[in-house]
Amino acid sequence: MADEILRVEDLHVSVEDTPILNGMTLTIHRGEIHVVMGRNGAGKSTLASVIMGHPAYEITKGTIHYMGTNIEEMSVFERARAGMFLSFQYPAVIPGVQVGTFLKKSVQSVRDEPLKGRAFRKELNAAMTALDMPKTVLSRYVNDGFSGGEKKRLEILQMLLLKPNLALLDETDSGLDIDALRIVAKGINSVAPQAGCLIITHYQRLLDHVQPHFVHVMIGGVIAQTGGPELALKLEKDGYEWLEATTEA
Amino acid sequence: MSDEAREAVGDYQFGFHDPENATIRFDKGLSEKVVRDISALKDEPEWMTDIRVKAYHHFMERAMPDWGNCGELNNIDFDNVTYFLRSSDATEKNWDDVPDDIKNTFDRLGIPEAEQKWLGGVTAQYESEAVYHSIREDLEDQGVLFLDMDSGLKEHPEVVKKYFGTVIPYSDNKFSALNTAVWSGGSFIYVPKGVHVEMPVQAYFRINAQNMGQFERTLIIADEGSSIHYVEGCTAPTYSTDSLHSAVVELIAMKGAKIRYSTIQNWSANVYNLVTKRGVAHENATVEWVDGNIGSKLTMKYPSVLLKGEGAHAEVISVAYAGAGQHQDAGAKVHHLAPNTTSSILSKSISKNGGRSSYRGMLQVTPKSHGCRSKIVCDALMLDSTSRSDTYPTMEIGNPTADLEHEASVSKVSGDQLFYLMSRGFTEEEAMGLIVNGFFEPFTRELPMEYAVELNKLLELEMEGSIG
Repeated sequence: MADEILRVEDLHVSVEDTPILNGMTLTIHRGEIHVVMGRNGAGKSTLASVIMGHPAYEITKGTIHYMGTNIEEMSVFERARAGMFLSFQYPAVIPGVQVGTFLKKSVQSVRDEPLKGRAFRKELNAAMTALDMPKTVLSRYVNDGFSGGEKKRLEILQMLLLKPNLALLDETDSGLDIDALRIVAKGINSVAPQAGCLIITHYQRLLDHVQPHFVHVMIGGVIAQTGGPELALKLEKDGYEWLEATTEA
Repeated sequence: MSDEAREAVGDYQFGFHDPENATIRFDKGLSEKVVRDISALKDEPEWMTDIRVKAYHHFMERAMPDWGNCGELNNIDFDNVTYFLRSSDATEKNWDDVPDDIKNTFDRLGIPEAEQKWLGGVTAQYESEAVYHSIREDLEDQGVLFLDMDSGLKEHPEVVKKYFGTVIPYSDNKFSALNTAVWSGGSFIYVPKGVHVEMPVQAYFRINAQNMGQFERTLIIADEGSSIHYVEGCTAPTYSTDSLHSAVVELIAMKGAKIRYSTIQNWSANVYNLVTKRGVAHENATVEWVDGNIGSKLTMKYPSVLLKGEGAHAEVISVAYAGAGQHQDAGAKVHHLAPNTTSSILSKSISKNGGRSSYRGMLQVTPKSHGCRSKIVCDALMLDSTSRSDTYPTMEIGNPTADLEHEASVSKVSGDQLFYLMSRGFTEEEAMGLIVNGFFEPFTRELPMEYAVELNKLLELEMEGSIG
């Protein structure tokens, strides 16, 4: 299908011989927002990391197709250059590397063309203004001494600049105050129409600002249930127990 | 010069001197005669000849240091070193003989071909000579003396005699003795009272081929209330067929003066780089060393400051990068010899591909020096598990009022950092390059811009092909 962005089929993944994903199946088309919820340890972050190609995760069975291509052999940077993006739950600190330099080099390698300095600065300014980020961020070191909210905004800024086809957002809303949450949601909404989005979250509150097409609940490394936004509301109200009971039965 | 011509001119014979094109190369090995011949060839005053000869005897008698990388030190074959070489010889070397990896690095650093050839020891760069002269005129207008050391001795013997060897006597160590015996080239700078040299005095070593000597001798005197920033070396690999480099650098900052001495050295991997650098800071004076060591087989270098006057300040910022087969044994020494003196030492080292970097530091506070403060930070970054990093700090604190801080860290590049950067489109090598540049940033930001840019590029090149 032309606008199929991601197809995960019967995916089994282990870390150091411990199975984490046990037959995950999920397809995302362009313009769709998928939300994945579930308890800690359900395998949500593993799903995002393995799609991005983290070397610690071993695929024991199943496939991941991105834009129709099996990406098993692609390294992390090749996936990034092909238009995949992961917003990290815990972005790494890179001491001594200024945000401005980092962004420019990153965008340059993903777009695979020399950046026009002026046009890029304009684009950068616009994106930072939209995310209400002060320009002083550019001369700080990447994530060094950043608050939780600052880190998440920098992730969203990168997503806006890299314009991915597939955006994986791993608990980007955790630890944000209500203003920051609104800003992050704005960033997601501006990228979502042109991309496939997979949003991992614990909280329904992000969904007040971002309208998902599908809500999936992960239990024990598989999708236990899929629904619409109403499923997130039900989880918020009733927790996971009712689902776990059904799954076990 | 062709081989026939060289044969015709012959090896150096006393008294022969063709200033333009002659090749004057001494036989390998060292003797009192060689030392006297060097001095006579340069037409030096007798007192200098005497110092050289005394230094030579001290060198012969002095045992090799029994610390540091003794194994490597004892591999040095002093009989197989050419102790004096007129630069015109270098101009006759063949560009084809310069190793390809060095030529490639020049290219990648974007260094112009003329300068590449000069750096490769193949040609003298006349174009830059003009630049050098204009810098000199500018400084001369302010009364600053800025000459190569040989000319300094000729034109200002009284100043040289007064200060030469006062900070680093020949008897300081085996290699300062060797340098004093056979020194040639280096810089001589005198900044008069109250004169502030605004621009960093740099590019000099890219210009004056004579200064490329293996045994250069530098003396910088900043008179009361003056200041100067001197920049030596460059990031391009310094290709040398001879394997021993042993310089001596003496800095004297008089009352209220400030000297900053910045170096980046990138020797080819066959070179023993054994350098003695020391500055004296008098009352309220500041001496700063910004010292970068890349390349070489073994570097042993510990820029030092003697804080002699009350309120004096020392600052040493150094980085070392040890790749395969390399040992960077570097660090800093600060001696608080007067009350209320302060110092700050920041040392950063990277080891890769089995390379070894050691931090060796000395901090001394004498009993009479009350109210001293010192901060030492040593950070080591290891890029793989086959590399090595050691720290050898020594502290002799004789006064209880001293306020000391010492932080040390050893870190590895984390998998999380690599995954994060690679998820942003960087290859593993590029990611490593970014992390390494970031790690050295506190050093790099102290450099003049063009050096900083070159250093970052060089480190990125070093990361290429390093990932197995």
